[in-house]
Amino acid sequence: MRVVLAAASVIVLAILPMFAPWLQFVLTLAIAKGFAALGVAILLRAGLISIGHAMFFAASAYGVAFLAARGIGDFASLLILSVVIAALTGVIVGAFLVRYRAIFFAMLNLAVSMVFYSLFAKLYGITGGSDGMAVPIPSVFGMVLSEPAFKDVLFYLSLVLMVVVGLGVHRYLDSPLGHALSAVHTNEVRLEYLGIPVWAVLLIAYVVSAALAGLGGAIAGFAIGRVVPDFAFWTASGHLVLVAVLGGIGGVPGAFIGALFLELLHTAAVTVTDAWNLIVGAALIAVIMFMPKGLYGLFAREKGAER
Amino acid sequence: MTQPILEAKDLHVAFNGVKAADGVSLSIHDGEFLAIIGPNGSGKTTVLNLCTGYVRPKSGSVHLDGQDITRLAPRAIARLGVARAFQIPQLFSDQRVIDNMMLSLAAKDGLWTMMRPLETEARRAEAEALLGLVGLADDRNRISNTLPEGHRKLLDIAVALALKPRLLLLDEPTSGVSALERFPLMEALMSALRQRQITALFVEHDMDVVARYANRVLVWNAGNIMAEGHPDEVFKDQRVLQSVVGVA
Repeated sequence: MRVVLAAASVIVLAILPMFAPWLQFVLTLAIAKGFAALGVAILLRAGLISIGHAMFFAASAYGVAFLAARGIGDFASLLILSVVIAALTGVIVGAFLVRYRAIFFAMLNLAVSMVFYSLFAKLYGITGGSDGMAVPIPSVFGMVLSEPAFKDVLFYLSLVLMVVVGLGVHRYLDSPLGHALSAVHTNEVRLEYLGIPVWAVLLIAYVVSAALAGLGGAIAGFAIGRVVPDFAFWTASGHLVLVAVLGGIGGVPGAFIGALFLELLHTAAVTVTDAWNLIVGAALIAVIMFMPKGLYGLFAREKGAER
Repeated sequence: MTQPILEAKDLHVAFNGVKAADGVSLSIHDGEFLAIIGPNGSGKTTVLNLCTGYVRPKSGSVHLDGQDITRLAPRAIARLGVARAFQIPQLFSDQRVIDNMMLSLAAKDGLWTMMRPLETEARRAEAEALLGLVGLADDRNRISNTLPEGHRKLLDIAVALALKPRLLLLDEPTSGVSALERFPLMEALMSALRQRQITALFVEHDMDVVARYANRVLVWNAGNIMAEGHPDEVFKDQRVLQSVVGVA
């Protein structure tokens, strides 16, 4: 039943822009943020809140801009290399941060991300400062596309990646390593006594989450056509945590449901009033108060558990 | 006598000036079921912490099969074949009973497979067999923090057994287990230990359990061993009767 629901949702998403073309950009951006929020949600399973994941989102988006400026014009290469850049950044940052827990982990992520933000903003000669860098339209398998055609390709590829990468993450979370990750939250002592190195479990999760944020960042960079330091600002990281919590961390679709909900709500609220933050805030309060498992909790059921 | 599996020599450790281990030496040999008894606060659990790397001694050494493990982390010692069940059960409380078991089984042989599910047919069967052994077969799909305390205790032991250890350290395995279930549990545990050729060291307060199952008893007092021997001899010792059995 849930598979049918998920498939139907993807099909609806795929055909929506045919009726409302303006939605394509909104949905592409929502999926991009969904990837990054999924990265945050993975760490939330271990009880770790990262208020800094926008740094990987930005690192990857800047990666695309840099590589494009240096002559790499192929879409697939840019996408893969930028995710690799985010993952490598994740290895370096994660190696230091996975030793910390709770507020220390959250704050250190925030601190490191603000270092990234400052570097992007201040190294004007390299990054273009607050003007950012342009992301040109790349060629797709050697074909040079018009902007609308490329945006179509980007949207449908994002949808496909959402399904494929989502299934991959689902398998990871269902694997022994994924269960060990959730177990970090409840009992590190027992994990140690099972012979499981907690730091390695967390580092793998951190790198996976950084790569996911990177994938989101690259898609967002292509969709917007420009990267700016604000991609790495702490409010962007906070937004990702919000999306993850809003969607629910019980399952992979949660992050995407949260991102789509928030992006669509934002788009709708902006058309109604300048005080759109009020509407978004009220909706968030409602979800957090009445849906402790997030929006995904409406669709999910416990896996054969008896209480 | 053969070389001991585990040998601790002259261990010293103190917490806030209170000596929890004051020159303790002990050894445990293959196939033994060694009991540690003693009053509360005499340092019994500290010995288990010292032998598993959870607490580092101020001085002294611990050897496992002749290898110095004094400074190793608990996870490294666990990988060398030493498992532990705790006085307060250490479980993954928001996961199902069967998932607790399967993660322990996976820790032994297949943790690093990212794309294979935790639940495989073989792993599930093995987990269920172990749960059946400790009498938790009916609880397999329950979330472990919803179990009664006695059952949590049994699950903690089953999780340790799932690691297929050579040496199992048990901290008061029968505390929190109802009087009716106590001896059936010990019978099941003993048969599992014999079947799998697991040597065990257990801290225990129930003298009936000690008298019936231990091959050898170490009597603890104020961070050191005050008496040692077969339960029949030890329980005749007046000092032991006064300081330990009387208050146990």
